[in-house]
Amino acid sequence: MGILNDFAKGLKVTLRQIWGERVTAEYPKDMREKPQRFHGRHVLNRYPDGMEKCIGCELCAGACPAHCIYVRGADNPIEAPVSPGERFGFVYEINMLRCIFCALCVEACPTEAITMTHLFEMSTTNREDAIYTKRELLVEPDGTPNHMFPDDSLADVEELRKADGWMRAVAPGGRVAYEGLTPWSESAGVGVRPAEPGQDPLRPIAADLPDFLTIEPASPRSVAEGAGGSEEPTGEEATIVSPDGERSDGPERSGGEDAVPEEES
Amino acid sequence: MDFWDYAIIAVRVILAFAIPLVAVIFLVWGERKINADMTNRIGPDRAGPWGILQTVADGLKLFFKEQVTPRKVEFIMYAAAPVIALVPAFMTFLIIPWGQGFTFEIGGKVREFAFVGADLNVGVLFFLAMSSVAVYAVILAGWSSGSKYPLLGGVRGTAQAISYEAAMGLAIVAVVLFASTTSSEGGTLSLVELVERQRGTWDEVVALPGGLAWFENVLGLIPRWNILPQFIAFVIFMIAAVAETNRAPFDLVEAEQELVGGFHTEYSGFRFAMFFLAEYTNMFNMSAMAVVLFFGGWDGPTFERWLPGFFVTMLPLFWFLLKTAVVLFVYIWIRATWPRLRYDQLMTLGWKRLIPAALVWLIASTIVVSIRQFGWPWA
Repeated sequence: MGILNDFAKGLKVTLRQIWGERVTAEYPKDMREKPQRFHGRHVLNRYPDGMEKCIGCELCAGACPAHCIYVRGADNPIEAPVSPGERFGFVYEINMLRCIFCALCVEACPTEAITMTHLFEMSTTNREDAIYTKRELLVEPDGTPNHMFPDDSLADVEELRKADGWMRAVAPGGRVAYEGLTPWSESAGVGVRPAEPGQDPLRPIAADLPDFLTIEPASPRSVAEGAGGSEEPTGEEATIVSPDGERSDGPERSGGEDAVPEEES
Repeated sequence: MDFWDYAIIAVRVILAFAIPLVAVIFLVWGERKINADMTNRIGPDRAGPWGILQTVADGLKLFFKEQVTPRKVEFIMYAAAPVIALVPAFMTFLIIPWGQGFTFEIGGKVREFAFVGADLNVGVLFFLAMSSVAVYAVILAGWSSGSKYPLLGGVRGTAQAISYEAAMGLAIVAVVLFASTTSSEGGTLSLVELVERQRGTWDEVVALPGGLAWFENVLGLIPRWNILPQFIAFVIFMIAAVAETNRAPFDLVEAEQELVGGFHTEYSGFRFAMFFLAEYTNMFNMSAMAVVLFFGGWDGPTFERWLPGFFVTMLPLFWFLLKTAVVLFVYIWIRATWPRLRYDQLMTLGWKRLIPAALVWLIASTIVVSIRQFGWPWA
């Protein structure tokens, strides 16, 4: 009786699952590990010296397929410049109700000013609160990101600190498998965000790179935790290479007060 | 009748209402937990330890909810249907023997306390009658709602229940017929009596010819439950029982994907809770009936020699609950595993497979029983 056999087979499958692994993550008690390139809420970054990375170019607004970004640039005041460029983002608003979290703005940004984080808890009780302005998006000069409702039980500033890997994959001069070299600029609070090995399954970690381009691969632990939260990058051996091949050592770049990061591309 | 007699009656009445409710609480919780386990989830775990109070919370919520009454309902029928669903479920519950009765002395008199609501001498018939009455609830709810999906669900439910009741009845007849040969008193329809007749081991009833005497030692180890000689009847009974209670894979009555909620689509609040309660009480009743008819009811080792009297009295209750829990687990297990039948498959299984199978089995049982009772026709 083939059919009885099939019935028994089905019953065996379900019975076996009783001892099987549970797939439920008990949110909010347990947070599931997010992928490296998770597209969460945006933040606007600063350079380590406190300068805003945004130069008010509006490329993000142009790239946005949902038209949810509004940028108005303004000329930098000469005596107290906000950004290292000519202009800076005077108004920067993202309507989170329209945003589709595609990260095209991150790709478009020439200065890596806008990045996405791992934060996804963005519920609001009215529609106006869903329009994020510079007050919420821009990180503090020390790199602390702002949260719209910091007292909310679900507010997780740590998640805001975790930049997703997307920015590093699409950084100017970057590559999809961004491991091995760090062509992206430093940020306030975190310094140079490390590259993670294992992004390119076809390639052994940092094998085909010339010696001067390799850095210490990030430890597996920091891979698991994302871009390392508040921990400092392993910057001693890190070599930063700009697209034209010019070398400069990472720690020196962030050293001086007057160090103005070069505009890339 | 003195005070203590009335007190015992009061306790029994309270138990008759409390036990089904508590059983349903555990049953719903158990079903959700087992279902969750079998689908790699966690299941309810917020209310109380391991979520055991989840059903209580759900029940309270339903109790305080508004009872929405759609404008087009036939109100009297609409309001009566949940009651018609619930009353037969509780009535059936009353005739199930839970354990061996015991006597105790209080107020200067020896009194009896039976672990059964009512030991009817037509218990089996009563059970079948009540499960037939419950069908009215489904069709009345479906029709009086004045809405198309409940009507479809109600019609389906009625057709299904009628089809499978025949097979179930025939399976039970075979059991009753068989039971009539295992005692000198002849046939019985009392559930308590049916359980009593399943006590002991097989060597007490089976007389083997000389050469096979050694086999009686083996038979002496096997409990005298009806499951062994009536296995086919058991299979038919279980399939019909699942269909009667409208459970997966026969839950076409409330097929969510096609009929919203089936016959109880238009019900809310406490009226819905009554349907829910009735469904799970029926599930318990069917499992208990399967245990009573095929697994020897509360029969089981009581260890009289080693245990004090209290445990000897309570152990049968434990065995009964354990067996019922196992059958209920199978119920839930099947629900978590098998997909729903199509409607024509349901009818084919009922009319073209189960009823002929039950009839053939009944005839076969009759022949065997007749030969046992009256000897070979040529002898």
